[in-house]
Amino acid sequence: MNFPEELKYTEDHEWVLAEDDVVTIGISDFAQDQLGDIVFVELPEVGDTLEEGKTFGVVESVKAVSDVYAPVSGEVVEINEELPDAPEAVNNSPYEDGWMIKIKLSDPAQLDSLMNATVYQEFVEKD
Amino acid sequence: MRYLPHTDVDVQQMLDQIGVSNIEELFSGVPADCRLKRPLDLSAAKSESETLTFLRGLAEQNTKTSDWDSFLGGGAYNHFIPAVIDQLVSRSEFYTAYTPYQPEISQGTLQAVFEFQTLICQLTGMDVANASMYDGASACAEAVLLTIRAGKKRHKILLSQGLPPQYRETIATYSAHLNIDLIDIPLQAGVTDQAELQKLLSDQVAAVVIGYPNYFGQIENLGSIAELTHASGTRLVAAVSEPLALALYRSPGELGADIVVGEGQSFGIPLSYGGPGIGFFAVRKEDMRVLPGRLVGETMDKDGKRGFVLTLATREQHIRREKATSNICSNQGMCVLMVAIYLALHGKQGLRQLAEVNYAKAVYAKEKISQLDGFSVPFSGETFNEFVITCSEPVAALKQRLEQQGVLAGISLGRDYPDLENGLLICVTEQNSQEQIDRLVAALAGGEA
Amino acid sequence: MMSTEGRGLVLDENLLFEKSQSGRVGYSITRLDVPAVTPDQSLIRDEIADFPELSEVDVVRHYTRLSTWNYGVDSGLYPLGSCTMKYNPKINETAARLPGFTDIHPQTPEALNQGALELMYNLQRDLGEISGFPAITLQPAAGAQGEFAGMLMIRAWHEANGQKRHKVIIPDTAHGTNPASSALCGYEVITVASDGILSKEAIAAVMDDDVAALMVTNPNTLGLFEADIRGICDLVHERGGLVYSDGANLNAMMGISRPGDIGIDVMHFNLHKTFSTPHGGGGPGSGPVGVADKLIPFLPVPYVVKEDDGFKLEYNCPQSIGRMKSFHGHFGILVRAYCYILSMGGEGLKRASELAVLNANYIRARLEGEYDLPNKQRSLHEVVFSEEGLQNDCHTLDVAKRLIDYGYHPPTIYFPLVVHGALMIEPTETESKQTLDEFCDVLLAIAEEAKTTPELLKQAPVRAKVKRLDETAAARRPKLRWERG
Repeated sequence: MNFPEELKYTEDHEWVLAEDDVVTIGISDFAQDQLGDIVFVELPEVGDTLEEGKTFGVVESVKAVSDVYAPVSGEVVEINEELPDAPEAVNNSPYEDGWMIKIKLSDPAQLDSLMNATVYQEFVEKD
Repeated sequence: MRYLPHTDVDVQQMLDQIGVSNIEELFSGVPADCRLKRPLDLSAAKSESETLTFLRGLAEQNTKTSDWDSFLGGGAYNHFIPAVIDQLVSRSEFYTAYTPYQPEISQGTLQAVFEFQTLICQLTGMDVANASMYDGASACAEAVLLTIRAGKKRHKILLSQGLPPQYRETIATYSAHLNIDLIDIPLQAGVTDQAELQKLLSDQVAAVVIGYPNYFGQIENLGSIAELTHASGTRLVAAVSEPLALALYRSPGELGADIVVGEGQSFGIPLSYGGPGIGFFAVRKEDMRVLPGRLVGETMDKDGKRGFVLTLATREQHIRREKATSNICSNQGMCVLMVAIYLALHGKQGLRQLAEVNYAKAVYAKEKISQLDGFSVPFSGETFNEFVITCSEPVAALKQRLEQQGVLAGISLGRDYPDLENGLLICVTEQNSQEQIDRLVAALAGGEA
Repeated sequence: MMSTEGRGLVLDENLLFEKSQSGRVGYSITRLDVPAVTPDQSLIRDEIADFPELSEVDVVRHYTRLSTWNYGVDSGLYPLGSCTMKYNPKINETAARLPGFTDIHPQTPEALNQGALELMYNLQRDLGEISGFPAITLQPAAGAQGEFAGMLMIRAWHEANGQKRHKVIIPDTAHGTNPASSALCGYEVITVASDGILSKEAIAAVMDDDVAALMVTNPNTLGLFEADIRGICDLVHERGGLVYSDGANLNAMMGISRPGDIGIDVMHFNLHKTFSTPHGGGGPGSGPVGVADKLIPFLPVPYVVKEDDGFKLEYNCPQSIGRMKSFHGHFGILVRAYCYILSMGGEGLKRASELAVLNANYIRARLEGEYDLPNKQRSLHEVVFSEEGLQNDCHTLDVAKRLIDYGYHPPTIYFPLVVHGALMIEPTETESKQTLDEFCDVLLAIAEEAKTTPELLKQAPVRAKVKRLDETAAARRPKLRWERG
């Protein structure tokens, strides 16, 4: 299972790519594998304000539904418009084509509490 | 007992295999203080012949629409049912199956439901229809809940007073504890008052619900109501209790409805004292994922062969539990089949012709009655197979007088509409011959039926 | 006996719309005997695009062929756990089709339909006797609507007592309808873990003055009787709450134990389970509800009462939760259920429960060595195995699909969730020892196949109308209706 070094991870299996004050968010390879074939992704709207730890979307497989939680607080500035028509991207390319939203950070310090790839790998193995 | 196949020898061998000495031991997990310590006080088992004789005795005390001149409608309609329907739904591969959880051995039910969904879409002019709800009233209530879920912060629902009373009561039950404000839209000349509607609309209104035809049989101006409704970003729900009207009148979908719900009993389901009937529920594509109830979709098997499955199940209670779009589980499977067979038999031409016959007969009766002294037709708009009359004599007495002559004249409106204290809702279908209508008219006039 | 050999004749059949031929008719409408008139042109629709046009023969063959792709109780054993797929007696169908039951309009004056009302009254009385509740409503259309009605009554009772409670406790083994019905009443759901029998301590830990009700299923979805139910009911009552019991598993309890006697305040029946009415390919069901005395004022309207001058529909109930649906319930289903009670009698119903429990225990005894039984307590009318121990990466789904090749409907699978890869078997009382033996032989053979030829499970079914279907594709790009290509 692949957990890129440049990303940060949450205990709910979201990943965050922090480049500047806009971060990209998706779900990890582990999460997509656990869910199985993803058939639908529900995302917030651009302009919505997200709060750290609160749900911002839903990922569905044929027989399961999972909430997706915001790793950090901020305003949604972009969503992956391709996902509704191609939810399989989350399975096939969780870190690239399967990205979900971009948000403008309201508190960059929140990034510090996230796991790096090594810690996340251990967390997943323990789970 | 003929349904219980166990011989004494079977029972003994089974107990031996289990390793207990009697059946009682199998219930050892039921504590003594939870046990019923006497036999059930029910009548002794009857033979097949005794059972039927007894039930026939009860059945014969009822008043059959086939023996009387019945002009009762009001949400349950007396239409002819072709013999084919009962013959086909009596195939027990259909009726002794359950929900098609195992699609490989349920393709019959699944294809039939897929066809039903298509037929309902075509009839209503909508994109997506589900595999049925309990009945028109509960479907309408679920439509209201959908608009609240999908309407974000909107919490008001405007209900036309022309919606059948039983629909309004059911909506009130379903929405009692969900912080929903139900507001009535008054009527003007038997149809929804659009000026009042305009005043009531706001960005807090999740839905406007209109009967089409309405409870008085009137054809509402759905197109213009849709324009008003959409202007405030509100969904329009059309509730159709007599769907045969949709074979003649423009479909709610064409006129701009966002959700079309209704009762399908008219299409091949016996009156059966009001149930089971069948609710249908159709929406636009945008609302597909907030739809309540089951959905059947087309897919392929491993060999690339077409097949059908239950799909988008994540909306439903068995997966999403308290966050489901509805608590509905069992729907009206067997009635789905009846409706689909009925529509397949009548088809494009037959359904239209039948609707025209209903319309013409109702117009004939309406005109005849309007010419009688002491009777009037209070609303002038177009109707389908029902219309309202008002009488100078008290309706209760009038109805009783006609019952003496074997005529069920209609439904009193006074209880639900105090303004129409002497109003009577009369329904005329293809089952009512001209002779029957003439007898009704004569009896109303005070003569012999 | 247990073979996947044999020949079948399973043919394809196009959709109604694909068979349609312009100008073909399958109807004969009585001649119009009044002047032909039509409404204002502006109101009239165009013809219904692509609506089918078929002859009567086309329609009959279409549905006859479709029926052959289905498996029903009349085809063979249908051991779908929690669904009580017992035999549907044919006399029920005959009775429900008596013209005096089918051709009666719901708005006919009550005095003219005394037979129908008497039937409903008798059924209310009999269901009351079977369950121990003093009052029954026949109105709910199905079990889930019965639950909703029951929870609405609970809420109405609390409100009448000036209480605003917000929570409902539901074990995680419950059917999904329980939390969904509670949510419809505006309640927050508190889930309690239960892998076996619910303990008084587990309930005590979450029970407080904000809890309106506990919802239980008894016997529960593992087929176990909730042995502490009396104590649990007392505990909930002491804190001012009520107890709802899901009647899905009443088939184990007739004449054995009555919920109304042991502290339950409200329970729904599933007439299409316990009382033999057909499941109809998914319905119609019927979900009457029994209530304790204190909930009687809140019953939905109408219900049937007996007065000096006959039977009446009672609407005058100021505290009623209102109407659940149009008219008076699924009358056609009520006729079938009443017919069943008449045919069985009190003794027969008790015998049915006893044999349902015997049958499930027999299957358990025959399969226990080969299939993993996570819960060893004495179970009643159903038995739940897990997929532990299945060889070669075979799973519950594979066993289920392989059963199809042997000519059986699979059990309920992957429910309850607390059992890993659950295989939930409920044979019901109407299956003979010989049928159960054949079924057990097949399940044992499948376990053996999993060891030696697992591909037979993985490929299954190969003998049904279609092979395994791509449910992922169906959900990713939903195609929910036919459209002209």
